[in-house]
Amino acid sequence: MFLIDCPYCEERRPENEFAYAGEAHIARPLDPSALSDAEWETYLFIRANPRGRHNERWRHIHGCGRFFNAVRDTVTDKFECTYKAGEARR
Amino acid sequence: MTRFSALSLFTKALGGHKGWEQQWPDAQPKPSYDAIIVGGGGHGLGAAYYLARKYGITRVAVIEKGWIGGGNTGRNTTIIRSNYLYDESAHLYDHAVKLWDGLSQELNYNTMYSKRGVMMLAHNVHDVQSFKRHIHANRLNGVDNEWLTPDEAKEYCPPLSIDPNARYPVLGAALQRRGGTARHDTVAWGYARAAAALGVDIIQNCAVTDIRRGPDGAVEGVETTRGFIGAKKIGVSAAGNTSVIMKMAGLDFPLESYPLQALVSEPIKPVFPCVVMSNTVHAYMSQSDKGELVIGAGTDQYVSYSQRGALHIIEHTLASICEIFPIFRRMRMLRSWGGVVDVTPDRSPILGKTPVRGLYVNCGWGTGGFKATPGAADLLAYTIARDEPHRINAPFNLDRFRNGRLIDEAAAAAVAH
Ligand SMILES: [Zn+2]
Repeated sequence: MFLIDCPYCEERRPENEFAYAGEAHIARPLDPSALSDAEWETYLFIRANPRGRHNERWRHIHGCGRFFNAVRDTVTDKFECTYKAGEARR
Repeated sequence: MTRFSALSLFTKALGGHKGWEQQWPDAQPKPSYDAIIVGGGGHGLGAAYYLARKYGITRVAVIEKGWIGGGNTGRNTTIIRSNYLYDESAHLYDHAVKLWDGLSQELNYNTMYSKRGVMMLAHNVHDVQSFKRHIHANRLNGVDNEWLTPDEAKEYCPPLSIDPNARYPVLGAALQRRGGTARHDTVAWGYARAAAALGVDIIQNCAVTDIRRGPDGAVEGVETTRGFIGAKKIGVSAAGNTSVIMKMAGLDFPLESYPLQALVSEPIKPVFPCVVMSNTVHAYMSQSDKGELVIGAGTDQYVSYSQRGALHIIEHTLASICEIFPIFRRMRMLRSWGGVVDVTPDRSPILGKTPVRGLYVNCGWGTGGFKATPGAADLLAYTIARDEPHRINAPFNLDRFRNGRLIDEAAAAAVAH
């Protein structure tokens, strides 16, 4: 089980307080009706799924309830850092 | 290569099982082949076998970064069934179940396919309605699946608790009698041996590092840790690592790779006659011929290539098992392990051509790829040989994520499957 640093609570808590919420920094289209089918496909379905460094969202669902982002290595499962939602990609 | 038979087993037994010949050679890469399969699991080895056996392409290499059958083929819970909701899925999975029948004879290798029945438990009203819908849809597609009352389920699987006051009460079950299990290792070994006998090179400890493409964009071969190997046709059957391989050809795929865990208990006398699945509480169980209870869990929640998962996932599964089968409460667990499963947005596989000429893919089987092994292998081989998909795998194309024709077994099952 992971120990995850919540950047809002500033506490290290066990993984079962958190819900994983997929790849981070996937921006919702500002003008959905202008998107082509290929752009919809990319937005909805295409994921980086890297072997290595991964920017991902977590939610401290049994804590402060807030979404934040993390960088984790998908081979070692080690967290590099966590940072608040809205901050630039690390 | 000598064929296995009762007589050959008997005579070798008299000699203390000494003198068995090597079952297939440890091939070294040649400069080029007519086709390369990336990934030496059951799906990949099977594809090479069918290319040589059915579709007349024998200059084939299977390239495996580790050892054959050491990925998800050796890490699953060996459940075989075909009772999927949608027509496309029913045809695809039933194609595989039909090939499981007679596979041991065809390969001259005992895959231990046992039609002991797969029983899926319904714990709530949603399960009951959903399973009954599946049963009706399956029967329209000629796939056997039947409804059992709690008493009938108990009769079919005596260790099951049908106490109405249980934490997870059993309101009924869907039973596919043709479903069952097979021995995972023998599937890889049987295909490897039969393919090698037809001239296929099986190259282990050889990781693909890049896919080389010509000026026209078509594939020319693969760069590997053991040098360049040329081929005009490349079939990728790399399960959890498919995204990584596809990026080498410049393709982004709708896949995410998750850890999926399984575990076995200490071996006991035969007590568990079938396969029981409880999708709602993520517990899957059967008993192996060695006597171990083979237990499958749900996936971890995050993307990972680590081939290991967290303990709380296993604890959750075992808690459910103990509730549903109180008889096993004092069993001790022997080993646990994880595999990396590639999951698509609609929980249906991608099996067909790619936008890159000469590059074919078989991926996205998620948590349920073992059951499809012979079918997926055959259809990948067909697609590579003909350069077009078979009508069975045509709907499982990559374009569906663009045109919206999803085969949404995720919504149909509402859980991993
Ligand atoms: Zn928090």
